[in-house]
Amino acid sequence: MKKILVLTLALIMALSCFTALAEGIKVGIINLDPSESGYRQANVKNLTDTFTAENGYDATFVTAPTADKQLEAANGFITDGVQYILVSAAETTGWDEVLEAANEAGIKVFLFDRMIDCDPSLYTAAVVSDMRQEGETAVAWLESLGLEEYNILHIQGQLGSAAQVGRSDPLTEKCEAEENWTIVREGTGGDSWDPNEARKIAEAAINAGESFNIVYAENDGMADGVVQALDAAGITHGVNGDVIIMGFDCNKWALEKLLAGEWNYDGQCSPFQAEVIDGMIKTLEAGGEIEGLNELNQIISVEKGFDATTITQEDIDNYGL
Amino acid sequence: MTNQKKWVASLSQLLIPLVALGLLLLFNLFRDPGFFSIQVAVNNSGNRVLTGNLISIIDSASELAIIAMGMTLVTAACGGQDISVGAVGAISGAVLVKVLQAFGGITLGTILVALVVACLATICFKLFNGTLVAVFKIQPMIATLILYSCGRSIAYWINGDATPQLSSPVVSAIGMTIPGIPIPTPIFLVLLVGLLLALVFRFTNISLYTQSVGINQGAARLNGINPVVIKLLSFVLLGVCVSVASLIGVCRLGQLNHKTLLVDIEMDAILAVAIGGNNLGGGKFKLSGSILGAYIIQMLTTTLYAMKVSPVNVKAYKAIVIIVIVVAGSPVVKEKLTQLWKRLRGGTAGARKEVG
Repeated sequence: MKKILVLTLALIMALSCFTALAEGIKVGIINLDPSESGYRQANVKNLTDTFTAENGYDATFVTAPTADKQLEAANGFITDGVQYILVSAAETTGWDEVLEAANEAGIKVFLFDRMIDCDPSLYTAAVVSDMRQEGETAVAWLESLGLEEYNILHIQGQLGSAAQVGRSDPLTEKCEAEENWTIVREGTGGDSWDPNEARKIAEAAINAGESFNIVYAENDGMADGVVQALDAAGITHGVNGDVIIMGFDCNKWALEKLLAGEWNYDGQCSPFQAEVIDGMIKTLEAGGEIEGLNELNQIISVEKGFDATTITQEDIDNYGL
Repeated sequence: MTNQKKWVASLSQLLIPLVALGLLLLFNLFRDPGFFSIQVAVNNSGNRVLTGNLISIIDSASELAIIAMGMTLVTAACGGQDISVGAVGAISGAVLVKVLQAFGGITLGTILVALVVACLATICFKLFNGTLVAVFKIQPMIATLILYSCGRSIAYWINGDATPQLSSPVVSAIGMTIPGIPIPTPIFLVLLVGLLLALVFRFTNISLYTQSVGINQGAARLNGINPVVIKLLSFVLLGVCVSVASLIGVCRLGQLNHKTLLVDIEMDAILAVAIGGNNLGGGKFKLSGSILGAYIIQMLTTTLYAMKVSPVNVKAYKAIVIIVIVVAGSPVVKEKLTQLWKRLRGGTAGARKEVG
């Protein structure tokens, strides 16, 4: 009898040890759909590679393309009692209630990649790209070309997303301020940043006889869609062409087009935020304080813009997604 | 029926789509004669290409026209529609890309092999739909709803990569133009598929069998036609159409996007079948009507874009015109119009019932 008792006890202890090992820091991660773009794919992979059981996490991943599904997932995480929630929001607004509920439940929230329009006290830290900075860099590059006329075909991303707003605003402001900057036609690739939609918009503009010398597409895929329409219509583009092609995200294939001189500019948007957040969570768990945040609780990733005339193979290897 | 009567009967089905197309052409002629101009230009890869609204209409409608042909057959045989064509098209594209990646290089040969494999995979999925419809007698819309909702996820499983890139001269030759030929290649692919189906109908009785199964299954069976086989066959042919359309879609952009490849095409395809004057309840059908329907839909879109209607509003305007076309082609309006026509022609003739 005693033997059995000892054995059972030993077994229970061993089991509890085992479960204790399996139990990591409970994290709920809300992202967008990886099939959206090369950027998102790299971003999702970066997170899944970082928040692993070996690294001490018990992470649940949800990828949802729309705001309502994301909010649903966040509510689920709060009920589940996770310790941390990481969010890349489909839309910048509508998060206050959920974030307040998370705060009340003692859950710490990290934003990554995209900002949310809310009081900075509602999240612990935001590791983001400054999308507006990306837009400003692109517009500054465009201005440095010193063209006489800026007739722009503007293809926007998912309307209302931080990436779209940040990349669009500097351009629209510039066009309002300057006489010789005009947006000839504006369209959107929709929620999935659809290259096909971009192609249709460009086709329509070409067939309607609108002449433009700049394509400002808010991601690489949509820039590619426009290029297809230009090729079909016999309009030259790139370094020696009639139309300047601008994209964002720095996919490897896009940078290769830059190197080949078919495109002119690609703005970087770093998808690698997981390591930074991982570091911050480890600091908090060890009882430390997070440092280096600005007044909006942000940590901004440093980003570049690449010019077709100066890009090298080394850049592609280093920065291509 | 004499030949002349046959001709008149076939024309009466095509009357509404032809009139609609004519009106659209006239409208554009008055709005802006430049709408019809076609020019030759040289693009970045140094190829001469034809450009202009008409070319872009015929080119952009290619996928739709091809799928509409297959959809017509399924509609005729099963009396219902397959709403999973877009999603299965994404699967077909995923298989195509997977096979191409396995080969490593892209040549005309590897693309053909990949297309055959993709075609076989698509046919398997379509046979799944077909079995549910023909053997288990499930409503086509419900049976195909399954793949409609999960097809794109399957496509993603096949090919984990979010947007695989295919860059090769062969790909752009299929999706855009072959060097030396200024006409977009997809147009030739539509002709090819149309020709193949026409040949199949010319040398077999499939067309007749399909119609008889669609009109009255029981009677068809009593005459020695197996309805299950005919229905499955219509799904197989649709599968081939979907694969070709998906090949065009992938080659156009030189990349595969599971979410957007052939997205929403099922609705447009059903619409094309309806505009073409085909009975959505099955039975008699006309492929030419559906093809015409596809071009009408695309022409409408291009016209609206040419009028600088913003992309967001295009769908609403499109809906208005389509309601008019579909109502004009409805049996009630048709009957009223025939009566009116007869009254105008022969006074008392309209009162008499037609004896056929």
